[in-house]
Amino acid sequence: MKKPSKLARNGSTWGLAMVAPTIIGLLILNIVPFFQTIYMSFSKTKAFGAYEFCGFANYIEMFQTPEFWKATWNSVYFCILTVPIGVFLSLLVAVLLNAKIKGKTVFRAIYFLPMVVAPAAVAMVWKWIFNTEYGIINTLFGANVRWLTDPNVVMITCAIVAIWSAIGYDAVLLLSGIQNISKSLYEAAGMDGASKVRQFFTITLPMVSPTLFVVLIMRLMASLKVYDLIYMMVEQTNPALTSAQSLMYLFYRESFIAGNKGYASAIVIWTVLLIGLVTIVQFIGQKKWVNYEV
Amino acid sequence: MKNNLSSSRKVSTALVYAALIAGSITMIFPFVWMLLTSFKTQAESMAIPPQIFPAQWNFDNFTKALESLPFWNLYLNTFLLIFFRVICAVVFSSMAGYAFAKLEFPCKNLLFGLVLMQMMLPSQIFIIPQYQMLAKMGLTNTIFALVFPGLVSAFGTFFLRQAYMGIPNEIAEAAYLDGCTKWQTFTKVLLPLTKSSLAALSIFTAVFAYADLMWPLICNTDLNMMTLSAGLSTLNGQYTTNFPVLMAGSLLAMVPMVILYLLFQKQFIEGIAMTGGK
Repeated sequence: MKKPSKLARNGSTWGLAMVAPTIIGLLILNIVPFFQTIYMSFSKTKAFGAYEFCGFANYIEMFQTPEFWKATWNSVYFCILTVPIGVFLSLLVAVLLNAKIKGKTVFRAIYFLPMVVAPAAVAMVWKWIFNTEYGIINTLFGANVRWLTDPNVVMITCAIVAIWSAIGYDAVLLLSGIQNISKSLYEAAGMDGASKVRQFFTITLPMVSPTLFVVLIMRLMASLKVYDLIYMMVEQTNPALTSAQSLMYLFYRESFIAGNKGYASAIVIWTVLLIGLVTIVQFIGQKKWVNYEV
Repeated sequence: MKNNLSSSRKVSTALVYAALIAGSITMIFPFVWMLLTSFKTQAESMAIPPQIFPAQWNFDNFTKALESLPFWNLYLNTFLLIFFRVICAVVFSSMAGYAFAKLEFPCKNLLFGLVLMQMMLPSQIFIIPQYQMLAKMGLTNTIFALVFPGLVSAFGTFFLRQAYMGIPNEIAEAAYLDGCTKWQTFTKVLLPLTKSSLAALSIFTAVFAYADLMWPLICNTDLNMMTLSAGLSTLNGQYTTNFPVLMAGSLLAMVPMVILYLLFQKQFIEGIAMTGGK
């Protein structure tokens, strides 16, 4: 056991004083609201902002509403569409950017660009590109796909935009993981005559798996609570709304447009439990493929 | 044999370039299309087959966008939101990060547990009570309302704690023994050593504050108090089919951040990589 240093000892007043702003802020802004939301999910909204305890009524109502189950499926479907392809493409970009090429920083900057553009602006331009009558995709290919209003297509359209937005960010994270791999491993493999493809599967992939796991978890969590992109791409008047409405979109509409704060709280609690479940499954699954021996 | 090898290497390098360039075009095309559309007339934008370049480069659409949204207010509000969030994140998280990493005090683990708890939970779980608090104080439609959920940063605290833990105890110890108080040890000796982490945290905070949509839409419903993102979403309803104006508005909203990005490209990417990798 290391002895606590002189600085660390007798530090209690200073220590408490220095964490005080953050802790007080967290208590007011997060911890108390967290319990309030749980309480609200068991209450009915009354007139004048009052609440009345109502047991599981909100949850029972929620579980009986098809719109809620549709929103849950939409969020999960959005994950299925975006996470595997998105993470795969990001890894591909990261590996390509790691090759011995010129203009690496320019490429990296281009792929990263959507990250610094607000999702609101990103959604706007993609809505234009995917416009049914005049959008460049349909007019160029003479197609007539209703990208944003066909209930069977709208989620795929949103997924394409989401993948496009996130590739650069994930690729940058994966690239920094790949660059941390010791060069000597590749040199040794090269001497043994292992091909580049083989080197990727035997060296790069296992060595970058911890970073890959972080990216995967992050992307899953973000996709399950997707809101802004879909809110911008699919307005509330869109006939395909129920086919694209994610849980957080439904939450926003219930709480701040319809004013059902109790019911909305139940939705958000459900989403948190769903995210928690998916995360736990990932953490159990990681033992099979993530390599921590560095 | 040797010739063969080098030519196959050339082919694979060419393939890498081809793939990267194809990807880059996909990444840039929407922005180019946005720019071209923003200078077209509405009729030109709806031409079939599509017309690539506008016949005349005129700024009418930008004028229209500037008329329908109070852009100067939006710029100012977004700037103030980012400014105050960054200041709060840097100051409070530095103090807390230092204390959690280097000092001993009662309930330290419990208090750090609160920080972790906030990080694990999605922000939407706090949003209704946060709004109600704000409404009770009568502070909706203010700059304070925009900053409110970001007054303290659990992520910043966690991130800077890591930075302080990376500084050897001996450095702090030496300063302390030389007669610095605990506060001086922090501000004069250790804080300057976390400069790159502070830059990363600032960029991270700025990018996410700028992109945020749900909270600004909820807390400030007065158009003059909105952020660029929220303002843009109202333009969406106003000009449902006039895409040249929508594109001009989107360009106006994204330009400041993109300019900053082009100037500090390296810091942006490395900062985000640093915060994301933790």
